[in-house]
Amino acid sequence: MKSAILVFPGSNREGDVAQALELVTGRRPSLVWHGDGDFEKVDLIVVPGGFSYGDYLRCGAMAAQSPVMAEVKKRAAQGVPVLGICNGFQIVTEAGLLPGTLMRNSHLKFVCADVHLKVETSQSLFTNRYQAGQVIKVPVAHAEGNYFADPDTMKKLEDRGQIAFRYCAPDGTVDGRGNPNGSSSNIAGVFNETKTVLGLMPHPENAVEPMFGGTDGRGLFEGMVEALS
Amino acid sequence: MTVAQEKNPPVKLPNEPAITPQIVAEHGLAPDEYERLLKIMGREPTMVELGIFSAMWSEHCSYKSSKVWLKKLPTKAPWVIQGPGENAGVIDIGDGQAAIFKMESHNHPSYIEPYQGAATGVGGILRDVFTMGARPVANLNALRFGDPKNPRTRHLVSGVVAGIAGYGNCMGIPTVGGETNFHAAYNGNILVNAMTVGVAPTDKIFYAAATGVGNPMVYVGSKTGRDGIHGATMSSTEFNEDSESKRPTVQVGDPFVEKLLLEACLELMATDAIIAIQDMGAAGLTSSSFEMAAKGGLGLVMELDKVPMRETGMNPYELMLSESQERMLMVLKPGREDEARKIFEKWELDFAVIGHLTDTERMVLTWHGDVVGNIPIPPLVTEAPMYERPWTLTPLPAELDAAKVPAPGNSPADWQASLVALMSSPDLASKAWIWHQYDHLIMGNTAIRPQGGDAALVRVPGASKAAGHKGAGHKGLAMTSDCTPRYVQAHPETGGRQAVAEAWRNITAVGARPLAVTDNMNFGNPQKPEIMGQFAGAIMGMAEACTALDFPVVSGNVSLYNETEGRPILPTPTIGAVGVIDDIATSVGSRLVKAGLALVLIGDTRGWLGQSIYLRELHGREEGAPPPVDLAVERRNGDFVRDQIVGRKVEACHDLSDGGLLVALAEMCLSGSTGASIRLPAGAPAPHAFLYGEDQGRYLIATDDGGALVEAATRAGVPAVLLGYSGGPDIAVEGLLSVPLQELRDAHEAWLPGYMNSAA
Repeated sequence: MKSAILVFPGSNREGDVAQALELVTGRRPSLVWHGDGDFEKVDLIVVPGGFSYGDYLRCGAMAAQSPVMAEVKKRAAQGVPVLGICNGFQIVTEAGLLPGTLMRNSHLKFVCADVHLKVETSQSLFTNRYQAGQVIKVPVAHAEGNYFADPDTMKKLEDRGQIAFRYCAPDGTVDGRGNPNGSSSNIAGVFNETKTVLGLMPHPENAVEPMFGGTDGRGLFEGMVEALS
Repeated sequence: MTVAQEKNPPVKLPNEPAITPQIVAEHGLAPDEYERLLKIMGREPTMVELGIFSAMWSEHCSYKSSKVWLKKLPTKAPWVIQGPGENAGVIDIGDGQAAIFKMESHNHPSYIEPYQGAATGVGGILRDVFTMGARPVANLNALRFGDPKNPRTRHLVSGVVAGIAGYGNCMGIPTVGGETNFHAAYNGNILVNAMTVGVAPTDKIFYAAATGVGNPMVYVGSKTGRDGIHGATMSSTEFNEDSESKRPTVQVGDPFVEKLLLEACLELMATDAIIAIQDMGAAGLTSSSFEMAAKGGLGLVMELDKVPMRETGMNPYELMLSESQERMLMVLKPGREDEARKIFEKWELDFAVIGHLTDTERMVLTWHGDVVGNIPIPPLVTEAPMYERPWTLTPLPAELDAAKVPAPGNSPADWQASLVALMSSPDLASKAWIWHQYDHLIMGNTAIRPQGGDAALVRVPGASKAAGHKGAGHKGLAMTSDCTPRYVQAHPETGGRQAVAEAWRNITAVGARPLAVTDNMNFGNPQKPEIMGQFAGAIMGMAEACTALDFPVVSGNVSLYNETEGRPILPTPTIGAVGVIDDIATSVGSRLVKAGLALVLIGDTRGWLGQSIYLRELHGREEGAPPPVDLAVERRNGDFVRDQIVGRKVEACHDLSDGGLLVALAEMCLSGSTGASIRLPAGAPAPHAFLYGEDQGRYLIATDDGGALVEAATRAGVPAVLLGYSGGPDIAVEGLLSVPLQELRDAHEAWLPGYMNSAA
């Protein structure tokens, strides 16, 4: 599986996701500079976490207008899988690849902590290594992860099975206790309609090694390798 | 080489005021210091020259009150590559890698403007480390706030924590450890000490000494604005009627730009174009340029009109004294300017050649062709004032007789209440509200997180077996920050010794080998003999401990005049320490995660209650001598414990510090969500002294085989006693108390969020 990780000024988790992909695929992903309108053909595009353009104006808003994102939109339309993590999730929603938006956390503070996620479906190239209903533990690290969409969009997301992950309690109960940021319906990650684009706030790339945060995030990368190799 | 004579006396700028005694005083120069200046210059200085002397001879830049004492600290060991005097200390951690680290204070700015003050403190220390070629791998911070009841404290906690988070999180450097204390002595003067640890190849370390006459001096990073100008009272209005009047003296940080600067610098450092590099920290362009030229024994011509400026109408005085953030000064090899410029332009940063090196040993400043400043460099450095200020040592207080300190009461309820009260007291309550705001996981290398062990532990990137690492697995760096200011206040020598010993102990308690320290000396007004005595005493104690534990000081920072209305802070020599472990798989944390483990106490317990948290929190008394530190015992016990950990005989380990044994046990139980029950051993001192005494050199160990551990300790001449076992829903001490873990957790975790969320 060949993958490309976009790098914007202010990206800072590109190394983490590169490390995770290399661990799982044995292959170093290529890093694509934000100013590059064109880049080599790949099986997966990753928009990583960080503070692109300092998160000034609005998280992800400036990155969404960069030359490289025009190309990403084109390729996503052709079905090339896109994974947006944290700031990457904010960027792909700003770019219109995913519905909804990420608002300031309801408690108004940055939060870095392990959270529990309920996997909503195993029917996607990103989640095929998990069981529907499985609970995984991965960390979050963000100040703007409070997912919001209007009621019509929310209904469509639910009806079409576009919700990928929800925050939950360790036993899988989806309620306010496990929600770190106030997200609507505890949404931690969503798909596009074809489930070829996934955006999520948590960091599965920081949960791929036993001594460094556990291995619950590894399934996401292994699933993609299986689906895309 | 002799310093060249001045050829072109500088011109005065339009509207430049005459130098009056008042202007000299406003620049913080004493009359005799100004006499010294006149002797060096041989004439009256221009305003920019006066400003430069004032900055370079400030306490902050010159260490004029502390230097004679700092020389007493041990700074050498076979693994020390660079000791104090550079931007940060450098130690060899094997496999061709170096750890580069330093701690620095940003106390006064953080009190005035907590968010920006703390944020730029983090930004400054990060630059100190990456200017030497290291990629930062971890941040820590040591914070001291005033009494929680003080009306300003909540606002300061909130702002400082948000500022540290805002800067460090954006930079993408994990903030993995630190400490937070509260005491009324910090009401008017909080302490914000930030530490950064970075890693670089030992053959790619960059220094500040400029070499090569004619080589270009290059300015990179942000533009220079009027923020943080020294002596803001002097103001630019006297220079230029149109310029805006006073700006806040606190610098404003932009972590986004610093992130770009980090990447651009590391990209350029991967080439061989850089000869020398220095960040612009305190006293900005002044101190960076003088340091580079002085260390290289050269002179410098700087064309100040070429400095990238954020606003119009700036003048040489402002440019030399601005403390605008995110700037670097470097000397490049000749002809490499374009290559370097391309990198900085790619990262959308300013790049300007602003001068060149000369052989005159003079700093010549020009402004649109006119010389506006011309200072001989060596005398400014060598003739700088240095004071041996009078000092009076604090006498050792009388030892407090534990028998005269009341027990919590007679009933189990009294005992139970005492533990709950301690665990929910400001200094011991959970600091999760703080560290959850710090990204402590980014980079994917964090093995021991906050509250997970006595020291933070991160994997050293690039040290896998493939890179030639001799160990079996992942090499790790252990890091901690420690000081017990109430001990230092009571007796500075003991307190200085204890701060170093506790840092050493914390590194040891995760299984790592302690290697070196950085010190951040926070004290009051050095012109008072008793304050200077605190400083002297603390240094004596630290020097003794650093020598005895082979734990040299490789970098540091001094912050004096931490007083408000004549009331000094508690003397606070914060010790930041770094150690290494060959294989992270052999490390342990302090969390008690399973039942049935034997709990073994290592070290002697006399039941020392003087200056204890128990005495202060439950009896409102800050009395007696602090617990003595026997450095030979410290080393013996610690070496034993480390051997047991690395030999995989230990499941969890926690050093005993604030609150003593029972607090340590409670912390292990809470963080691992497992209860425990212990009993007092035969011959123990009075229960409250045994459980809450703060005797030094002790550890609590959880192990599968308590008998074997006690036996091994006995063979090594180390006191060890089996106290009990892990398991159950409660923390219990036979015959004294039994507290449900959940009840203790509620109290422990509720205090700080409750305090922060309550109305002011």
